[in-house]
Amino acid sequence: MQTELFFQYLVAGLTYGTIYAVVGVGFNIIYNTTGIINFAQGEFVMLGGMTAVTLAAFVPLPVAIAAAVLLTMLVGALVELTFIRWLGRPTVLRMIVITIGVSIMIREAALVVWGESVRALPYFTGDEVTSLSLWGVHVSPQVLWSLAACVAIVASLWAFFQHTPLGRQMRACASNRDAAALCGVPVRNLVTLSFALSAGIGALAGCVVSPITYTAYNVGTGLAIKGFTVAILGGLGNSTAAVAAGFLVGVLEAFSVSLLPTAYKDAISVAILLAILFVRPSGLFGSAEVARLEARG
Amino acid sequence: MNRTRIAAAALALAASFQAGAQGKEPLKVGALLSVTGPAAFLGAPEARTLEMLVEELNAKGGVDGRKIELIVKDTGGNPEKAISFAKQLIEENGVFAIIGPATSGESIAVKQFVNDASTILLSCAAAEVITTPVLPYVFKVAPKDSYAAEMIFRQMKKLGVKRIGVLSSNTGFGKAGKEQVEKLAPAHGIEIAASEVYDKAATDLTAEVTKLKAANVQAILNWSIEPAQSIVIKNARQIGLAVPIFQSHGFANVQYAKAAGAAAEGVMFPASRIVVAESLAASDKQKPVVASYKKGYEARFKEDVSTFGGHAYDALGILVRAVKEAGLDREKARKAIEDMKGFVGTAGVFNFSPEDHNGLSIEAFEMITVKGGKFVVLGR
Repeated sequence: MQTELFFQYLVAGLTYGTIYAVVGVGFNIIYNTTGIINFAQGEFVMLGGMTAVTLAAFVPLPVAIAAAVLLTMLVGALVELTFIRWLGRPTVLRMIVITIGVSIMIREAALVVWGESVRALPYFTGDEVTSLSLWGVHVSPQVLWSLAACVAIVASLWAFFQHTPLGRQMRACASNRDAAALCGVPVRNLVTLSFALSAGIGALAGCVVSPITYTAYNVGTGLAIKGFTVAILGGLGNSTAAVAAGFLVGVLEAFSVSLLPTAYKDAISVAILLAILFVRPSGLFGSAEVARLEARG
Repeated sequence: MNRTRIAAAALALAASFQAGAQGKEPLKVGALLSVTGPAAFLGAPEARTLEMLVEELNAKGGVDGRKIELIVKDTGGNPEKAISFAKQLIEENGVFAIIGPATSGESIAVKQFVNDASTILLSCAAAEVITTPVLPYVFKVAPKDSYAAEMIFRQMKKLGVKRIGVLSSNTGFGKAGKEQVEKLAPAHGIEIAASEVYDKAATDLTAEVTKLKAANVQAILNWSIEPAQSIVIKNARQIGLAVPIFQSHGFANVQYAKAAGAAAEGVMFPASRIVVAESLAASDKQKPVVASYKKGYEARFKEDVSTFGGHAYDALGILVRAVKEAGLDREKARKAIEDMKGFVGTAGVFNFSPEDHNGLSIEAFEMITVKGGKFVVLGR
């Protein structure tokens, strides 16, 4: 393969990868504080994109995006307050049913509010045909924007969890909820915060990728499936790993197109997931010991 | 049993109070349309068109004093849902005829069942296999995809294109189109250097267009009805692939061009004349029909007309004319459609026959291109 084409496929892979990665990260935050897989994560991405598109008609783009992120965080917090908080120690199955229910509710509400049409934010820099040429490889500036957003999200999450008191409390809550509660950590409020946080990250992702992928009331499910795949693949609970797994899946999918008919693209990512889970049930970067302890506890 | 009779009586009573329909049995029309989902750009304008038209007709006293009762089912573009809704419309609602489905995949899925129930089906989808072989009760009002492919190849020849890359979505429409393209290309001396099928929900196709670039194609032909057809154009331009881009008649909703923005400029596709209503000559047979539909629709729904809404307009028009001729006799009404000649619709002039349940000729198509974000006739 010519080097130029090789890098072109790589860029395609990175584009897919960023989208998967940012959704995957959202799954991890809620999983970390609650042990819940939030199947409404894709809907947060959709809400962010749609809200920003609506607001962008009235206010400048950066303001619209910031407002969309804040509004979606509010929705995330409300979801937790209404549906999750009052449950004592819900079973996993119950949580799955609840979050799927929430995702359907949000989707239908979005259909009522925005209708069925497909929308997108304008390109942040340039327009639909702008592309930067780097050594013969063409990249849309929006791809660079999403890469940057992805890096920024992961870096600020890392700083938040490692270096702020609130972040440390959330980690304490993740490692042992009862012990954290006994030490005076306001566990319930942190769970609400984690919903708001992952909703905000989803919303930001939804804004940044919307010029590339478009957004409509029903894009959430597809995004959630891919995001969930990379979250599992990376090892649940580890955001950096989810990003790495996202890029891995994206790049493999892109290169699979160069060799196989496109129809196999999605099959490839699922096949990789299955293969890795057979060999490493805790995910690519997950610790086997933690997985064992969790299974026991 | 008693209850249904009372309900029916109540309905009839209610109907007779409204605008004096003299208690005549209403004309029950079912519609299977993808109002939501990936094919919403087809189904949604179709559903809106039907609602508008039924309201207008009923306000004028209905069809020969019969009120039209419209029951729209949203299939979400899903063939399985289309089948179960078709059953519901026929068995529970007892509809006289069904308009739709909007997509080829769904139409292929329901056609045998609807036919066996002696219910008229007026599909709004394009695939040729919907009406070949002919089933007595199954008709379609969207022009054939072989004509669309023919129009595209003629244009390619004019541009001297010999080597093309074909992209299509994994839907009934994409699949049927791809078959026609592959069948007709050799006769025009055109080589298909690469052919890729992508998922209907695809959100980025950079890798696919990169593959076409690697195959050194002189033009891209994309065949789908989903938002992916806008994404294809953007991605091709973004990787610096500057060859002409052709789309199928599935592109004929200006929303798709708007979604691709600057990248859509110069895209060529065949479509019926409704999308270029303004630039039609005053002598054009279709002008009055197209203009009146366009005016009504755009004033009411504040969005541009598409060929798809036009299909629903034609389907209901054909049905109404058949019922005027034959009354509520299924077999007679079916025959009336089969013998119908010279029905001027938005898609073209329909001349049905027992062998041809589509009734449109290649003249129904015009090559269209995108200029300044608008659809214009190519070469004018």
